[in-house]
Amino acid sequence: MNFRTLKELSERSRESGLTIGRLMIQQQAKESGRDEAAEFASMKEYYGIMKEAVHNGLTRDTTSRSGLTGLDAQRVAAYNKSSQPSLGGDAGRAMAYALAVSEVNASMGRIVATPTAGSCGIIPGVFVSSQERFGWDDNRMTEGLFAAGAIGYVIANNSFVSGAEGGCQAEVGSAIGMAAGALTELRGGTPEQAVHAVGLALKNTLGLICDPVGGLVEIPCIVRNGFGAVTALAAADMALAGVRSVIPSDEVVQVMLEVGAAMPEKHRETAGGGLAQTPTGKKLMEGLRKKKR
Amino acid sequence: MRFKDVFSIIGPSMIGPSSSHTAGAARIGLAARRLLGVMPDAARVSFYGSFAATYQGHGTDTAIAGGLLGFRTDDPRLPDAIELAEEAGMELIFREGKGLFPHPNTVRLELQGAGGQRLSLLGTSIGGGNVEIVEVNGFSVKFGCACPALLVRHSDQPGVIAALTAALQQAGLNIAGLSLSRMERQGEALAVVELDGEAQQGLLRQIRGLPNVLGTDYVNLNGEEEESPFELSDAEGAK
Repeated sequence: MNFRTLKELSERSRESGLTIGRLMIQQQAKESGRDEAAEFASMKEYYGIMKEAVHNGLTRDTTSRSGLTGLDAQRVAAYNKSSQPSLGGDAGRAMAYALAVSEVNASMGRIVATPTAGSCGIIPGVFVSSQERFGWDDNRMTEGLFAAGAIGYVIANNSFVSGAEGGCQAEVGSAIGMAAGALTELRGGTPEQAVHAVGLALKNTLGLICDPVGGLVEIPCIVRNGFGAVTALAAADMALAGVRSVIPSDEVVQVMLEVGAAMPEKHRETAGGGLAQTPTGKKLMEGLRKKKR
Repeated sequence: MRFKDVFSIIGPSMIGPSSSHTAGAARIGLAARRLLGVMPDAARVSFYGSFAATYQGHGTDTAIAGGLLGFRTDDPRLPDAIELAEEAGMELIFREGKGLFPHPNTVRLELQGAGGQRLSLLGTSIGGGNVEIVEVNGFSVKFGCACPALLVRHSDQPGVIAALTAALQQAGLNIAGLSLSRMERQGEALAVVELDGEAQQGLLRQIRGLPNVLGTDYVNLNGEEEESPFELSDAEGAK
């Protein structure tokens, strides 16, 4: 890859006259030694799996193995249709789709990690709902996934993307940043605006701990994916409107690293603190242990 | 760079619920199976850190079993892997290990094959389904499984690495990464070569024939061999 930071990413994009997505396709082909068409086809297949996961989450029984979660996406989708959602229909759909994919994941269905399984709902939620709204074709969405991947590549190599290392900010936070930057570009924003969207989004999730009840990717992971999709839309809108991340996005990524490294182990995917250790969290965990025996 | 390409960020396609605790674990299991060369008869699996705290909820145990059976991360049979492994005659022991490792998602696999093959491997799951193997049979190593890896056991003598890299050059294979580890001076040593392309059987035979080379193992999680279903284990054992 010819970039290591978000600043370099937007500079390489500007110099080459390519979108971030197209630049990443070119760089990916160089890294893998395969041709660009093959790389594109692999990513397009992933987009197909994402759309399938949205569909499955809205139509199938997504009750998780623990029985603690499931069918919330369908509740939100039904509410969106029958009532006047406070968010409005488009953001409401992004939220429902993100919940859908996350619930498919929790019920051991097939998803694409973006960047992780715990945060797998956010990018499909934003992408599939925006595709429906703006009428973009799958090729355009695939290019957008490369843009999201380029942003994630920088975050992952300068900070982290696993909850066990850096808390939920590293998973859900990174996914929101990736979705926000990619959507900004898909909607015609410049590479600089896309990078501002990343910084704006990441600032909103700094410090978020990873505290899943019973260690399961269910509570609070699923709802955080729903919220995450909405936040990504908001960050893209701010960036497209000209709002800048005054603290440069690369510096925000460094803060994520600093905060994650300082995070106690009990708040990094061990179920040793946070929501997992609330009276109710502990009771649910105890119930699961008994069920297992 | 810990993460090499776009598909280490977007992907893998996988059965939930966790990329680090399920998909990454499945890939560590698969890497171990490839290194052992056969489906193990017995596997002792020790979880550390976050793996130890949450492996049951994340299905980390199931995923390791699936990897040992040769399943890919998105194999629909993955949720039933423990039962399938037991049906296939694999003896599985899962335990929570004590000990501190630099990475919170660490697992040790101690495997035994029907033909007496043995393997001890320490692996870490670093996020998004990406893994790093950090110890093989007591040798400190460090390789991801993003590209094919060739492990060459040899005597710690001058010229072994020169002959090895010459053989790779002749085969037109570029070296993406190279690391060396030895038990003691002039003792047994291990070279790990990460490759930009696939090593063919003929090349592996040639390398095994080099002076002071004791043996080779080859891991390619992206290759077609990954498709091999566990039913093939009998044929492998007969080799």
